[in-house]
Amino acid sequence: MPNCEAVFWKLPPRIFPAESEIFMDVKHVAKLAHIAITDEEAALYGPQLAGIVEYIEQLNTLDTDAVEPMLGGLTVEGEATRTIRADEVRASFTPEEATGQAPDPVAGHFRVPKVL
Amino acid sequence: MSIVNEIGRVLDNAERVNDELNSFLSIERTGALEQAAAFDASAGDLPLKGFAIGIKDNICVKGMQATCGSRILANYKAHYDATAVERLKVAGAVIVGKTNMDEFAMGSSNESSAFGTVRNPWDIERVPGGSSGGSAAAVASGVVRAALGSETGGSVRQPAAFCGIAGLKPTYGRISRYGLVAFASSLDNIGIFGQEVPDIANVLSVVAGRDPLDSTSADVEVPDYADELTGDINGKRIGIVRDLIGEGLDHDVKDSIEQAIENLKKLGAVPVNIELPHAKYGIAVYYIIATAEASSNLARFDGVRYGFRAEEAAGLREMYMKTREEGFGAEVKRRILLGTYVLSSGYYDAYYAKAQKVRALIKQDYVRAFASCDAILTATSPTTAFKIGERLDDPLAMYLSDIFTVSANLAGVPAVSVPCGLSSEGMPIGLQLVGNFWGEAEILRIASAYETAFPLIGKPSVFVG
Repeated sequence: MPNCEAVFWKLPPRIFPAESEIFMDVKHVAKLAHIAITDEEAALYGPQLAGIVEYIEQLNTLDTDAVEPMLGGLTVEGEATRTIRADEVRASFTPEEATGQAPDPVAGHFRVPKVL
Repeated sequence: MSIVNEIGRVLDNAERVNDELNSFLSIERTGALEQAAAFDASAGDLPLKGFAIGIKDNICVKGMQATCGSRILANYKAHYDATAVERLKVAGAVIVGKTNMDEFAMGSSNESSAFGTVRNPWDIERVPGGSSGGSAAAVASGVVRAALGSETGGSVRQPAAFCGIAGLKPTYGRISRYGLVAFASSLDNIGIFGQEVPDIANVLSVVAGRDPLDSTSADVEVPDYADELTGDINGKRIGIVRDLIGEGLDHDVKDSIEQAIENLKKLGAVPVNIELPHAKYGIAVYYIIATAEASSNLARFDGVRYGFRAEEAAGLREMYMKTREEGFGAEVKRRILLGTYVLSSGYYDAYYAKAQKVRALIKQDYVRAFASCDAILTATSPTTAFKIGERLDDPLAMYLSDIFTVSANLAGVPAVSVPCGLSSEGMPIGLQLVGNFWGEAEILRIASAYETAFPLIGKPSVFVG
């Protein structure tokens, strides 16, 4: 495995709610995202991400306690559109189509490296 | 002239400009000529019979590549048509190629493509905008009259403005997303570029409408948009947000937008002052919601079922990590990391939940504004096309070029960009008209009236028309 030693970047103080400091462990976040990153990448992304997080922190200057969150992007008409269909079998991809572009297909299955 | 001859000419043009512009990732000579021959042989009249079109490489066309501008899908071929593509084919359109793009549509300059940046036909030292930069350059250089792109936060309108053409982002749910590779599902739309607004209207009439294969496509009647381009905009109330035509805009862009307001008055439109108090939070909300959804959507690219897989991994987890390390470029990784961070334990409420609430406020602003106006006018982008490489080291500066476009995606309303002048350096400037929900006909009518009365004077330096 690549070196997973923690690299911490100091994030700006939170405006609201008041907290003194935030740290982002870039390598830990990368691990959660299943991306191996090098020390050089962590050193590049760390300050860039900290800068972006500092920018998005401005949202915490807004009082939104009484606001209902907008979940998804649907319009009123989209919400009203009937999306349920009859539960009937329909043609779909063949097993060959479904597995044909896999990096390592075996007899209609996807082969992956050993888990254990 | 036969359709085969016409399409042959388009393909020759595409090949001719591609060395300079890199706008097409694939030029589909064989398939396009076969399609053209079939239309030559059929007697029936079709709305887009023989109409050449380019398709962004994150929209599936059966048998053609769909790389999304990424190494991780470099060898992937789609085995079905996106609904929009299927409808285009049925209407007689001929797909001539797949267009270059920022990797997974993440970018505002087309520089994040794994297959090289696209160059702006007006000045090849400059970016075409992004993420649909290939589609924009293909249309602006005169190869095709129209192309499909995709929009998550301005990826059609901003490159349309940078390349001096028209570009539409429709209402969320207007065009099926089936077959569009997902980036941020609550913001994604298929959009349309046209050399002129009627090209967009013709394509939109064909591709719009409910699709059972996309549950977010809405059951709303589709008009014949070309019939709606009457040229009459007398009495139309154009909402002007004074705060957005001030500091932060390039001088040339500001002057051009002020002139556009005067021009619209000459056509009988009536400017009215409105406010969008939460628009300034758009970029912050966008970069939380878009990256959060992207971190989830892009989890499917793991080297198991399709696409690239890294070699010599010791186990499954290491295979995932190396595949994604080697398969994704820097901007995609940056956004997946940001999205993972804002969704991670302890931060969800502070970022994602907060962003959903501010998104609701942005949408409310639009609902309120449209009580007193028919369309809202802003610049499409605060600057004209910047130089290649200029913003690569500063992601936030790159993100800010979308400041006027992202809020339409957050609210779900339609918006169109249409050229309104050239800067002192000869680069195109775009005027954005944002419409009410399902108001595509209204904004296309105004945009069409504008481009007819005040056409852009000048041509790109790379142009084959």
